[in-house]
Amino acid sequence: MDIEKKLSFLKERLTYICDIFAGNHQEHIRILEHKVEEFSQRRESLDLQERIEAITAIEELFDFTERRLEEDLSSMDKVRIVRHPQRICLRDILENVYDNYTEIGGQKNKSIDPSMLIARAYVTRRHRGKTHHQSVMVIGQEKGHGEDFRNGGSVKPWGNARALQYMKVAETENIPIHTYIFTPGAYPVEDYPGAAQQIARNLYEMAALKVPVIAVFSEGGSGGAEAIGLADRRLMLSHGYYSVISPEGAAAIEGRLRRGERATPELIARCAEQLKITAQDNLRLGYIDKIVEEPPLGARPYHYEFFRNLRREVIRATDDVVLSTRAFAPLRARAARPDKSGEYDAEKFVVRWEVNGGAAEKLLLLRHEKFNKYSRGKCIDPRSVFKRMRQGVSGVVTDAYNTVKHDILGKPKKRIVSAVEEVEAETRVLFDGITGPFRKALCALGSKSSKAPAATEEALTALSDWEDGQRNGSWNYISPRAKEDRAVTCPNAKKQGCMDMWAPDLYGEFAGVCSNCGHHFPMEYKWFLWNVFDPNSVVEFNQEIEAGNPLEFENFDQRLIQAKEKTGLKSGCMTVDAAIQGTKLVAAILIADFRGGSVGVAEGEKFLLAVERAQKKRQPFLAYVHGTAGIRIQEGTNGVIQMPRCTMAVRRYLDAGGLYLVVYDTNSYAGPVASFLGCSPYQFAIRSSNVGFAGPGVIKETTGIDVPPNYQGAFKALSRGHIQGVWDRRELRENLNQALMTMGGRNLYYR
Amino acid sequence: MLNIGKVLEELKESPYEEIVIRAPHCGVVRFEPLEPGARVSGASGQWKEKPGTCIAVIERERNKRPIESVDKGELVAVNRNLEGTFVEAQTPLATIRHFLSKDEVLKIILQKALYLFCAPERAKYYFIPEVEKNIQASGSKSVKVHDGLELFIMSRMKREAPLAYSGPGGVIYAKYFERNENIDAGKPLIGVCPESQLPLIEDVVLRVQTEWEERE
Repeated sequence: MDIEKKLSFLKERLTYICDIFAGNHQEHIRILEHKVEEFSQRRESLDLQERIEAITAIEELFDFTERRLEEDLSSMDKVRIVRHPQRICLRDILENVYDNYTEIGGQKNKSIDPSMLIARAYVTRRHRGKTHHQSVMVIGQEKGHGEDFRNGGSVKPWGNARALQYMKVAETENIPIHTYIFTPGAYPVEDYPGAAQQIARNLYEMAALKVPVIAVFSEGGSGGAEAIGLADRRLMLSHGYYSVISPEGAAAIEGRLRRGERATPELIARCAEQLKITAQDNLRLGYIDKIVEEPPLGARPYHYEFFRNLRREVIRATDDVVLSTRAFAPLRARAARPDKSGEYDAEKFVVRWEVNGGAAEKLLLLRHEKFNKYSRGKCIDPRSVFKRMRQGVSGVVTDAYNTVKHDILGKPKKRIVSAVEEVEAETRVLFDGITGPFRKALCALGSKSSKAPAATEEALTALSDWEDGQRNGSWNYISPRAKEDRAVTCPNAKKQGCMDMWAPDLYGEFAGVCSNCGHHFPMEYKWFLWNVFDPNSVVEFNQEIEAGNPLEFENFDQRLIQAKEKTGLKSGCMTVDAAIQGTKLVAAILIADFRGGSVGVAEGEKFLLAVERAQKKRQPFLAYVHGTAGIRIQEGTNGVIQMPRCTMAVRRYLDAGGLYLVVYDTNSYAGPVASFLGCSPYQFAIRSSNVGFAGPGVIKETTGIDVPPNYQGAFKALSRGHIQGVWDRRELRENLNQALMTMGGRNLYYR
Repeated sequence: MLNIGKVLEELKESPYEEIVIRAPHCGVVRFEPLEPGARVSGASGQWKEKPGTCIAVIERERNKRPIESVDKGELVAVNRNLEGTFVEAQTPLATIRHFLSKDEVLKIILQKALYLFCAPERAKYYFIPEVEKNIQASGSKSVKVHDGLELFIMSRMKREAPLAYSGPGGVIYAKYFERNENIDAGKPLIGVCPESQLPLIEDVVLRVQTEWEERE
């Protein structure tokens, strides 16, 4: 019977090997197949001892072959490993890494989202005869060895919302969070709370969680991974992948495939190699802290030694994070450091995992420093050392000046003014109480005196002039398309009966708005620059920072050169100092013309520097999204790391009392919306723009759902609660001014 | 009296409808490389979001607009002599032969065989409660109508007015409106069939359902 079990087990191992190599290494696989087949046929004729010997020999051959094949694993093989139903899943980890656990809010398919698993667990550490149970909140995607209802670990927005809810619970209970990332990507539906917006909310909240967060990556698919991946220590399983996009998705983009067309396996494999998605690549790039070694060809549920190792590593990482926040624990901190070689003995000493007061502040500081350092130096930054120093000194001076002006002098001044106002108001009430009867009597005697002056009456009753924002009927910037003598058809012409418009009218006076139905045609980003900001107030900064090709992606240098030549820009993000009706602000503009407005290291760096500048200058920060297609896939994890990195910068800015406004124009999708844009409390869209997580083609392919036209339209986003308003382009300047006057943080200079 | 059998035979002889594609406005026409006999399709998809086959492109004021097939069928004629020329609005550009489906054949026959009572103005229409009750209980064919019978409630801008049926007597064979839906003036509300013709019409409907061969 034992032999039969072993045989069946070997057949499973063989299936696994066949699956992950997908037709490659056939010579090894044929030998294994032959051996298993031969043993199956002749086992009846063998006595027990011979059977045991034969099967042991085959097992050894399997071990040898697996070790041999391990050396030739390609990136795509690793992708197939993490996707295989035999791969370890989160429930296996809960069973084998933790000493006890209780799943929260889910039993198999009875859960709000079975692909997100949340559990309270504890690890038991024995030290000098005493037992310590250390609680943790375990959160992660569950693939369930291919169970259909788990959706392959593709979490719906409400699953991510639940993860966030329990992160906050962990913060309240002051226990660490261990997140396990087993997702090919988030489930791209827009229903509330919205795939992109919820990931953005998760990132925003995780940026300030005052408990240690340890993330373990197995399958880190872009936004879905980031939803729970912003951590103090980021471990990665040696056969896992962490990528901005699936290799198939990258191949579809690279091969410019249309819907329904399939990329060739060679192109997919080439993309997988170039995206640098493996654990080793990510460690080299610096986006993970340590690799947890797996057995040859990846961990499966029966690899108990792997689970022991994983347990050691997550305990070590948690100890390391906690000790790094302690004022005095140099020896233990040294022992727990991830770069320290050798096995970590969790029983050697005890570290309490609570983080309180100053330690929690230090934890946040270290987390922010860690992410701030990511991807530094991965874009082309030709600023001289002198210039950088000058900018640094200027930043410090500005910060110091504003601290003196607004904090040291401003705050007492505000307090004095407030106190004077209080006294004055009280005096006024007292005075009115005494003189009131006399004034009433006077009014009764001469009622004519109460009549409003003629000028006031005129102002209140006469018809007002049409206000056009002081532009006197003309725009400061006219699109070059307005110079063409041609007619343009509105896309709503069939439904709404819009007449063709003459381009000089449409792109000139009408500001790209259909005069019949109000459809907004896309306009150039320059239109926004010139017509929304005060004339002569726009000063660009950091324009030298230039998009590069950090992964040396094939043919990408050439495409970047073309984009730079076409647009005259060095990156897809322009950062400026500007003013709107006299209110000074800092703005970042994501420009659709430059590689679709995709965000890479250069764009992320410029955005982050702009946010920091706004914080130092105590000015509002405006993100105008002329258009963004998402994270630039050719930069791989260098791009995707901009999601948490920039969101953390935004969090620092908002916590410091800033005002962050986002305006979406044309099409805004994916990573940026799911992070540093979507986390703003004040997001607005221009009419006819689209705001969403994934394009209709990707939604259809991932979910099988047909996407209705205008699924991600601005008004739909407003109805779903993703944005806070829809604005007409022609009224953008007035609306922004209104927003600046009515919204905002406590530390803005004009407050 | 209408000879329904003859109508059906006529339809069988030419089981298609010829749709003339005309220029929506003036402009210079360029035809797509489609030859007579080519299959064309109309707008498709759950929301008609996929456009039909492009037959020609018309350019006016340097603005190119595609002219698409409105229904599926076979291209029978293309006015290629107009290629590259300036045409006036409504100039015939191509002809599509659309093969009739069972539903379309029935619609044509019923529109010829039935008396159509049309909406006098754009409004929402309802049957009076007694008639509505009868229709729900036993179907519309159980309701007999005659000239002057108060049959509808016409609801326009929240003002309701009774509307009497005028026309030959018979039973309501078809209903062409839905609750809470605005019906334009001149659109049919009901189709009335004289009681004597009811078996004949039902026979034709059955024949169409069983005998009509749909062609792609």
